[in-house]
Amino acid sequence: MQPIEERLELVRFKVDKQPHIRLNRELCKECDTTACVYVCPAGLFELLGGEMHFSYEHCLECGTCYVACERKAIEWEYPRGGWGVSFRAS
Amino acid sequence: MATAEQQFDAIVVGAGPAGSSAALALARSGLNVALLERGEYAGAKNVSGAALYAPGLLADLLPNYWEEAPVERYLVRRVITFLAEEAALSIDFRTDSHDKSGSYSKPPYNGFTILRPKFDRWLAGKAEQAGALLITSTVVDDLLYEQEQVVGVRCRRDDGDLYAPIVIAADGANSFLAKKAGLQHEFRADEMTLGVKEVLRLDAHTIEERFNLTGDQGMTNEYLGYATGEVKGGGFLYTNHDTLSIGVVVQIASLAEKRVKAYDLLDQFKHHPAVAPLVRDSVTLEYSAHMIPEGGWAMLPQLSRAGLMVVGDAAGFVFAAGLFLEGMNFAIASGLAAAATAQQAHTDHDFSAASMARYRKRLEENFVLQDLKKFRHAPAFVNNERLQNVYPALFCQTAENLFRSNGTPRRKLGRVMLDTIRGNVPLRTLLRDGWQAGRALFF
Repeated sequence: MQPIEERLELVRFKVDKQPHIRLNRELCKECDTTACVYVCPAGLFELLGGEMHFSYEHCLECGTCYVACERKAIEWEYPRGGWGVSFRAS
Repeated sequence: MATAEQQFDAIVVGAGPAGSSAALALARSGLNVALLERGEYAGAKNVSGAALYAPGLLADLLPNYWEEAPVERYLVRRVITFLAEEAALSIDFRTDSHDKSGSYSKPPYNGFTILRPKFDRWLAGKAEQAGALLITSTVVDDLLYEQEQVVGVRCRRDDGDLYAPIVIAADGANSFLAKKAGLQHEFRADEMTLGVKEVLRLDAHTIEERFNLTGDQGMTNEYLGYATGEVKGGGFLYTNHDTLSIGVVVQIASLAEKRVKAYDLLDQFKHHPAVAPLVRDSVTLEYSAHMIPEGGWAMLPQLSRAGLMVVGDAAGFVFAAGLFLEGMNFAIASGLAAAATAQQAHTDHDFSAASMARYRKRLEENFVLQDLKKFRHAPAFVNNERLQNVYPALFCQTAENLFRSNGTPRRKLGRVMLDTIRGNVPLRTLLRDGWQAGRALFF
């Protein structure tokens, strides 16, 4: 399997300093499905030592994590105008 | 009090096919329109397969636009493939015929492949040329109200309030505006799918040789069954001018349940023995992902309220019926219907809920709501577990048994089919699924 990082290197991101995703980690602690880890098409969520970690920098802005999260632990908004992902060839 | 710079006749949020079509039509009718886009340019955030069907829908506003627009290839060949782990069975249709209901290979054509960053940018440019004010790099965070009436939008920047008696929400699959206006519910993971895609560079000549095409002809191939392993969904492979679009579309709930990653499924799909030779020697240019509202009729939001209409993906106008996955034609038609409603409202000086409700009437009179309603049983059929994990493999197994030549006496087709089905699907289940398929697609 090709690592997701290699794919993301092909994508143009203009990374904002302010994250557009916020996690309520208290709710994450009670979660046993960790759907976000599997559904995120950029592989941005990772369970490390029982705690959910994520990065927003390479977010493709699809909103899938937010829809899949049963505990509504993900606060999600669009990045500021002009920031974030810019598809060029798709 | 809004300054003249902040006051418009209509504000369109989102410069995809729905929003730009609406803005173009409104600008042509002489109205003062703002077209807001959160990307650096129109198309920057947009992803489709992408096949644009019924391209004639835009031809009233842009006659012969395909001569100048960045369209990739016109579609004359359509392939549906049932995949098993190591086998494939295809229905391969192509046509060069012409009849009165339209030709696949002559204007206005039946469909094109397009690439959204190029096409959407071009279409938004057309709206701009017609007089719409295109404002990029601008997110709209909320609507502005006077009592129950929507009267404008709040952009995320200083002095970001813009006013208009009509707002058209074309803000895509993840429409926060439709939710904030109380028109759409929070999505469930079983009514949304995730599409992931790669665009692969391959020279035009090789594409034509490999896919049996001449000149600007193009093809789409949709894959059912093992394309996405056990996860509910399908695969696609489309020809562009000198690239291929390849991807998988998977139901989000199923992805979470099977604990599989969509990009690993895409990788597996690309390496399937029936797919790998088609993408051989290509170079990946870009990876992308987008959510698709596939819930159909059952998840339709309320489409309007006083001063507001919802169009395109924001309204869930995606026609997903197993054999079909169309959205941009629905987006364009809904954008044009919203524009016509807005023009009428300006003529009547009536921006009430009743005036905006004429938008839905218009959609009921054209294919948008008629198709979604007629095929309202399709999403349940598409989500049938056995459509994913049993039948495509059974079709392949039947073909394998039928064509096997090993020196033993042959059986007739009916017997081969019965023997293949037996032991895999109980007869009662088969009949029930047949009824479901029939209700979804046939009658």
